[in-house]
Amino acid sequence: MREICVVAYSQSDCKSNAGMANEVELIMPQLQAVYKQVGITSAQDVDFVCSGSCDYLQGAAFAFVAGVDALGAVPPIKESHVEMDAAWALYESVLKIRMGQADSALIYGFAKSSPGELPIVLSQQLDPYYLATQWVDTISLAAMQARLMLEQGLITEGDMAAVVADSRRKALQNPQAQLSGETSTEALLNEPHYVSPLRRSDCCPVSDGAAAMIICTVDKAKEWGVPYARITGIDHRIETHNLGMRDLTDSVSTRQAAARAGVADGPVDVAEVYAPFSHQQIILQRALDLGDDTDINPSGGVLAGNLMMASGVSRIGEVFRRIVAGEAGRGVAHATSGPCLQHNMVTVLEGA
Amino acid sequence: MSELAAVVGIGQTHYKTKRGDVSIAGLVREAAQNALDDAGLTFDDIDAVVIGKAPDMFEGVIMPEIYLTDALGANGKPMLRVHTAGSVGGSTAIVAASHVQSGTFKRVLTVTFEKQSESNAMWALSTPQPFSVHLNAGAGGYFAPIIREYIRRSGAPADVGIKVAVKDRLHGARNPLAHLQLPDITAKEVEESMMLWDPLRFLEACPSSDGACAMVIASEDLAEKGPKPPAWIRGAAMRSEPTMFAGRDEVSPQAGRDCAADVYAQAGITDPRKELDCAEIYVPFSWYEPMWLENLGFAPEGEGWKLTMEGATSLDEGGDIPWNCSGGVLSSNPIGASGMIRFAEAARQVRGDAGDHQVPGAKLAMGHAYGGGAQFFSMWVVGAEKP
Repeated sequence: MREICVVAYSQSDCKSNAGMANEVELIMPQLQAVYKQVGITSAQDVDFVCSGSCDYLQGAAFAFVAGVDALGAVPPIKESHVEMDAAWALYESVLKIRMGQADSALIYGFAKSSPGELPIVLSQQLDPYYLATQWVDTISLAAMQARLMLEQGLITEGDMAAVVADSRRKALQNPQAQLSGETSTEALLNEPHYVSPLRRSDCCPVSDGAAAMIICTVDKAKEWGVPYARITGIDHRIETHNLGMRDLTDSVSTRQAAARAGVADGPVDVAEVYAPFSHQQIILQRALDLGDDTDINPSGGVLAGNLMMASGVSRIGEVFRRIVAGEAGRGVAHATSGPCLQHNMVTVLEGA
Repeated sequence: MSELAAVVGIGQTHYKTKRGDVSIAGLVREAAQNALDDAGLTFDDIDAVVIGKAPDMFEGVIMPEIYLTDALGANGKPMLRVHTAGSVGGSTAIVAASHVQSGTFKRVLTVTFEKQSESNAMWALSTPQPFSVHLNAGAGGYFAPIIREYIRRSGAPADVGIKVAVKDRLHGARNPLAHLQLPDITAKEVEESMMLWDPLRFLEACPSSDGACAMVIASEDLAEKGPKPPAWIRGAAMRSEPTMFAGRDEVSPQAGRDCAADVYAQAGITDPRKELDCAEIYVPFSWYEPMWLENLGFAPEGEGWKLTMEGATSLDEGGDIPWNCSGGVLSSNPIGASGMIRFAEAARQVRGDAGDHQVPGAKLAMGHAYGGGAQFFSMWVVGAEKP
């Protein structure tokens, strides 16, 4: 199978409100940034383009069509789109390169979640006949999951607060973070509950923004003469939608994807996991079997800023950055979709 | 370099205005089960599931793969959701095929659907957007001026659209799954139907349908193990261009021409009219048949309408290049599935399994879909013979 690598990545600042900027304006600077990283000028210089976005966040059918305007697709380009996080756009691109129909691909994800009430909007991804009609929001579902973990003695509220404090501290080093700062577990535990047992700080913020990435064959990376991180494993698995049929305190699909991606085949120096809620980071850490020698979410993770439809691909980008900077030799990136970690992707990246 | 892949199972639902007897999950399950039965397989034989549909607002379910995991037997498997506007049915088939052609999986189930009766497509397409001019046109209103420009350029007679409307409904009457069953339709009836968007009359437009279409795509070593012959994927391509740009030819978009050239090159086709035995082409409004005949290189520019009028695209008139023998989008339009139905019907033809709308001896067929402002294209060519 052809060796594929990440060669460029850029993410916008996570903003609570991007104001008048529309989606195309959110995407364009990130595209320009990744073009510059590999020394190309437009989407015409890659073989395939794939994006991830969600119509409901924009409140319009075919919202992604406007994204094509950001690409300079004249003459026409080979392009596709998933109504998923752009991590899955990357997956589609990996298949396209593996089958030899492309040597390089541009991937981008974007969303402007601020105009709507995101947790309630996302209730409409539930079973439309039995669950969506009750408008159960994502925070309430996550709170139920956290409650199960607390009652089974799998975590304490202190463990959750420690995840948050760690995120805030690490995010101080991340200029794109929305939330960062020095805080303590004790200070966080003094905050009132929001949706018990979750405090506001246990929940990721709502962010506007975009991220872009370029992947290619290792041969192409050498031709471009740019540093790269090899994708040595990638897999994703989905679980039942019926929350009552899942063990919400574990993430079986993450374990399945991790096994197929070969996470355990070497040391994991760095991991970026897509955990929109503090307790989910603990679930994922355990499912990925990450120990103390792994630096988890050095960017601060999505508790520091959550770009819907881009946060998954950003996790891969954050690991890529650390590998090409020489801070890590091998890393794992995780992406998720659906309520309570229903669908999970695991990517293993290694240095050249 | 890519691995060979073939369609080994095809399943469709009946297409109707309203499938009130099933949920969305029931609808997709029905198509998926039919495809598995056709392939002689079960859900356990499937490695990954790829679904596609038009905008989520058409049913009001965000990212429906999340809800449909169980109905499609995807628990513990990879599941991907494609969305490329009206071309999505075709794009989904192509993305599903790439799961096999990349050597990553052996057997993939792909399903597309639309349950238009659950919501209101016209509303979904017309939500006002900040920073944008508010259009309340719908697809017919959008495409009618482009059709008028085609008529002006080509000098086509006024009744070409009527001829297509009759031809595709007569084809549809041969297909028991087709939504519209109009075996006695006449040109006069079409001509007298209400003018919706000049020059498109009511009977020159596609219906609004509920339905789903599914396929099983398998790797080379498994393709010939099923009860029916495989349809080998000989070429597949996608192209996109922006909705608007200076100098854009909306009548014959460059993206369509490029996509066709790509897929023909992969399949080794130099003269599509001569070498293909039939084609399933996305024609939601009658006049798009002559327009696509030209865009796809079946006729020289300005002469597509002549093929239509000569009966070249009609199965009933013994045409040399029958288009849309299943009745096409003009007979059934579950939007997100419509592209995949074209791809699947092309495969049925080369498997010799198209029932009363079979083109005798068909060996090579094309499936086509387009979407957005005629800016997203997906196409494939399938053949009875292994490449």
